[in-house]
Amino acid sequence: MGEAVKPNWRKGGAKSQRGSEETPLVRWLLIGIAMSFSAVFLLLPLINVFAQAFAKGWRFYLESLGHPDTLAAVRLTVTVAAISVPLNLIFGLAAAWAIAKFEFRGKAFLITIIDLPFAVSPVISGLVFVVLFGLQGYCGKWLDAHDIKIIFAVPGIVLATVFVTFPFVARELIPVMQATGSEQEQAALTLGANGWQTFWHVTLPSVKWGLLYGVILCNARAMGEFGAVSVVSGHITGQTDTMPLRVEKLYNEYNSAAAFAVASLLALLALLTLGIKTCLEWKTQREYERAQQANGVKARQ
Amino acid sequence: MSIELRNVSKRFGEVSAVNNVNFSVKEGELVGLLGPSGGGKTTVLRMIAGLEVPTEGEIYIRGRLVNNLSVQQRNIGFVFQHYALFKTMNVFKNIAFGLKIKKWKRADLKSRVAELLKLLGLEGLEKRYPHQLSGGQRQRVAIARSLAPKPSVLLLDEPFGAVDAKIRQELREWLVHLHHDLNLTTLFVTHDQEEAMEVSNRIIIFSGGHLEQIGTPRDVYEQPVNEFVARFIGVMNVLELEVFKGVGRAGELQFPAADYKDGEKIRIGFRPFSVQISSELTQYPYQAVVRHTFFLGVMLRLELELLSGLTLRSRMTKEEYAQLALYDGRKVSLQIRNYRILSQEDAPLGPEMTVPDKTSLYVGENI
Repeated sequence: MGEAVKPNWRKGGAKSQRGSEETPLVRWLLIGIAMSFSAVFLLLPLINVFAQAFAKGWRFYLESLGHPDTLAAVRLTVTVAAISVPLNLIFGLAAAWAIAKFEFRGKAFLITIIDLPFAVSPVISGLVFVVLFGLQGYCGKWLDAHDIKIIFAVPGIVLATVFVTFPFVARELIPVMQATGSEQEQAALTLGANGWQTFWHVTLPSVKWGLLYGVILCNARAMGEFGAVSVVSGHITGQTDTMPLRVEKLYNEYNSAAAFAVASLLALLALLTLGIKTCLEWKTQREYERAQQANGVKARQ
Repeated sequence: MSIELRNVSKRFGEVSAVNNVNFSVKEGELVGLLGPSGGGKTTVLRMIAGLEVPTEGEIYIRGRLVNNLSVQQRNIGFVFQHYALFKTMNVFKNIAFGLKIKKWKRADLKSRVAELLKLLGLEGLEKRYPHQLSGGQRQRVAIARSLAPKPSVLLLDEPFGAVDAKIRQELREWLVHLHHDLNLTTLFVTHDQEEAMEVSNRIIIFSGGHLEQIGTPRDVYEQPVNEFVARFIGVMNVLELEVFKGVGRAGELQFPAADYKDGEKIRIGFRPFSVQISSELTQYPYQAVVRHTFFLGVMLRLELELLSGLTLRSRMTKEEYAQLALYDGRKVSLQIRNYRILSQEDAPLGPEMTVPDKTSLYVGENI
């Protein structure tokens, strides 16, 4: 018995964190604020989404989701994500590779510019494309003459989405790739592997969790983006409405239960993303630590 | 010739890393590329491997010009300083990688890997991942991986740099045995002259991108071509003499210098074992006090302070030390048996090096 008690006591001792100076009062106050804040501003709305969605019962919920215009919106959202996520996956890999493995002029600039979509309001991101490709825009006349529709059509929505979700994959990969360095790739070369084999067998496996993490975040944003898409979409029901736009439209038509039904799909996506993200975060952390461990000191004369 | 470099230079932008280097390595030789950090030795190794492209000159492997061959076509084994093991693959897959790329048959691949695991004492570790291995084990996996596709030469970059001192010693002996068994032309880079001395058939000494000397460990120790090599390989007492009336002086020490003009300065050097000591104060011309005695196992190193304050380093066996009944503070007489005129002060010298006394001394006497 006595032996069993001891470790418990020690555990309690470790939990009290002797290093920190704060009194219990301050500690509980801070934890209390953080917890209640998240509950009121994050958890409550989320629960509310589902509560409102099912306010008129299961039947109505399924009916709202089955509406042709809603189904069209779901299809469009999936299509847009299916195009923009792979594009940003390729771009993110290329950018992270370049930044982590090469020294070149303009590297600092590239790192900064990758973050631009995070810094700029999504509405502006959308407007940029309207100015570029809209009928009154720089390329508008030429596009119109050749009967290419970008603004108020799917290509515009894809462009805006790509722009907004630009940083996710690259941001995740850069630190992992930097920690890995390029010696493993060089080792593969000395063993006779060509560039593609090296990438496929060495580079990709060593960043796979980080890559997946970036893709998941990128996908969540691609499906959920409202501002930028709203500007370029033109809100043509059944044609250029994505799920977030559909939610807004239904809500503005005072069809709040249907609006929340669609919103609940997006909320589910968010929950799923969070779950996968938590799992992947743990894996990428290990990936990163292993890379550092395997590398030791990176200095080379 | 297994490896030959002709007039090879490498410049990184403005910086000249390797300067007009010529040397050749015979089939089956074990050669150390030795020099201080930034001496260009790693760059030379990487150029042979094809990981760097020479700015000028030609590189031959087994008589074939390889300048225009890619890394993959050169059939070399390369062991990286930090091993660069594939961290997502276990030991078996790491070793098998080169064979898989070369599309070996599954059965042949398996037996080759098993053979290497046995050769390198890694049996039972096939399923481990690199992060589950000790430094010495990682090192051996890296060597096994590089040997698997049967390379024509083995290149190792600071192979023992990242393991601790005790394992380093084991690995060195082990590399010598491995080389003996395989008889594979092996070139390794090191900044540790003890390591180079102990392991190599021949040593190639680099400094500042220049090749300073090539020779057997004994050659470079006993016949260093210049002061840099002399001081880099082993410990050397270096004195600056001022010439007056045909005699060079430093403190009370005097050396014949008939060929030099008055006021001229000469630098001389001598190894610690050239300092002869007697406990009879009148036996040798100079008197000194034993300041410190360093025990290095069988050998001892002494720091001797002359009356003028000059300090010399000497060495002897434990038996000699006991015979002379020496102790710190004891007065002795000494003479310098032989020495070497290094160069005149204004002549260009190799870069100044801080030699790690203890280790270098140890090596010096063990050749």
